Amino acid sequence: MSNTLPPLPYEYDALEPYISVEIMKLHHTKHHQTYVNALNAAEAAYAKATTPKERIALQAALKFNGGGHINHSLFWQNLAAPSEKGGIGGVLKDGPLKEAIIASFGSLEILQKEFNTTTAGIQGSGWGWLGVNPSTKRLEIATTANQDPLLTHAPVIGVDIWEHAFYLQYKNVKVDYLNAIWHVINFDEAQKRFVEATSGSKL
Amino acid sequence: MFKVSLTRNVLQRSVAKRAARAFAAPSATALLHTLPELPYAYNALEPFVSEEIMTLHHQKHHQTYVNGLNAAEESYAKSPSVKEQIALQAALKFNGGGHINHTLFWRNLAPTSGDGGKLTDGPLKTAIESDFGSIEEFKKAFNAKTAAIQGSGWGWLGYNPASKRLEIVTTANQDPLLSHTPIIGIDIWEHAFYLQYKNVKPDYLNAIWNVINFKEAEKRLVEVQ
Repeated sequence: MSNTLPPLPYEYDALEPYISVEIMKLHHTKHHQTYVNALNAAEAAYAKATTPKERIALQAALKFNGGGHINHSLFWQNLAAPSEKGGIGGVLKDGPLKEAIIASFGSLEILQKEFNTTTAGIQGSGWGWLGVNPSTKRLEIATTANQDPLLTHAPVIGVDIWEHAFYLQYKNVKVDYLNAIWHVINFDEAQKRFVEATSGSKL
Repeated sequence: MFKVSLTRNVLQRSVAKRAARAFAAPSATALLHTLPELPYAYNALEPFVSEEIMTLHHQKHHQTYVNGLNAAEESYAKSPSVKEQIALQAALKFNGGGHINHTLFWRNLAPTSGDGGKLTDGPLKTAIESDFGSIEEFKKAFNAKTAAIQGSGWGWLGYNPASKRLEIVTTANQDPLLSHTPIIGIDIWEHAFYLQYKNVKPDYLNAIWNVINFKEAEKRLVEVQ
């Protein structure tokens, strides 16, 4: 069946002042919606394709729009209203995720610093990820280009570093956006993903 | 934080280097790249490309590529092994490409009070009509192909030296155009239009033709034909 735009788990202004209502509206109702529409079109065309050549020709559209849909769906879920507004954003509670972060990076601050440096270093559009390496079951920082989905790791936290994700508010100062967004990262959702990825039940 | 201090250090070193070179004999070190001035005021391309965008695009984005290129070239000159040189290729390509592309870009734009948007009879107009059918068909094809880039990149009208034809090509990220001679380049990174056009790329692409410097484009074509 058709893919649909998932509703945000919060109001468009919920992530203020870290991500503006203007950005959230455009990002969700325009950018993500466009990926959903184009994914549906690509899947419809793929279903009608009769040769491998035609299917291969459609791979780029499926990857770009499918990846865009996957990535943004994960993104909305790993954001939450900041704690100063009564939300759970930015709060890393004691638990398996916190332990794993300390084990792999030393501290949350060090993770944030390394994550931000790696993500800011992407040469073009893309995503920064905290993910679980399926072999070692350890947390690692990874990046994907454009709308490529994260395939090498189980996604725990994704941060969009396409310019549309921050430019209206932060202009060229990517580092300010990356510092700010940690205030609205939903660590509860991240922990849920981490536990699922390390539970061993889905090998 | 790391990136900002790197920039400051590079600037400080570059200022010191320039001062040193004024008194020292020329060395083997390559000359530092500098941000070229815009050939027009920051508001000159209004209302098609806003003053705010032009200011940020030139003073922040292009300047950052210049700084990054100088730093990468300095590191490259000091690399003791081919492995280290290879490791620096990405930085050279990204920042070198960014510098090349934006330098071409500023020059193929012009205010409407000047050469902007005016395609007069001549070898460029003839070639476009010959290779695309009409100017309108060319613009339509260019905009469609450029809008379809999946990520950041550039749309180009380029001269194919083998076929001797004008062709529309795209490059990803800051990759420079190598397969063709660049005639017209248009930046489709979101920073090039988002503050003014938001997600509506086609509006930006339609608007920018009003400030394309076809005279400069023709100069580039004549040079290579």
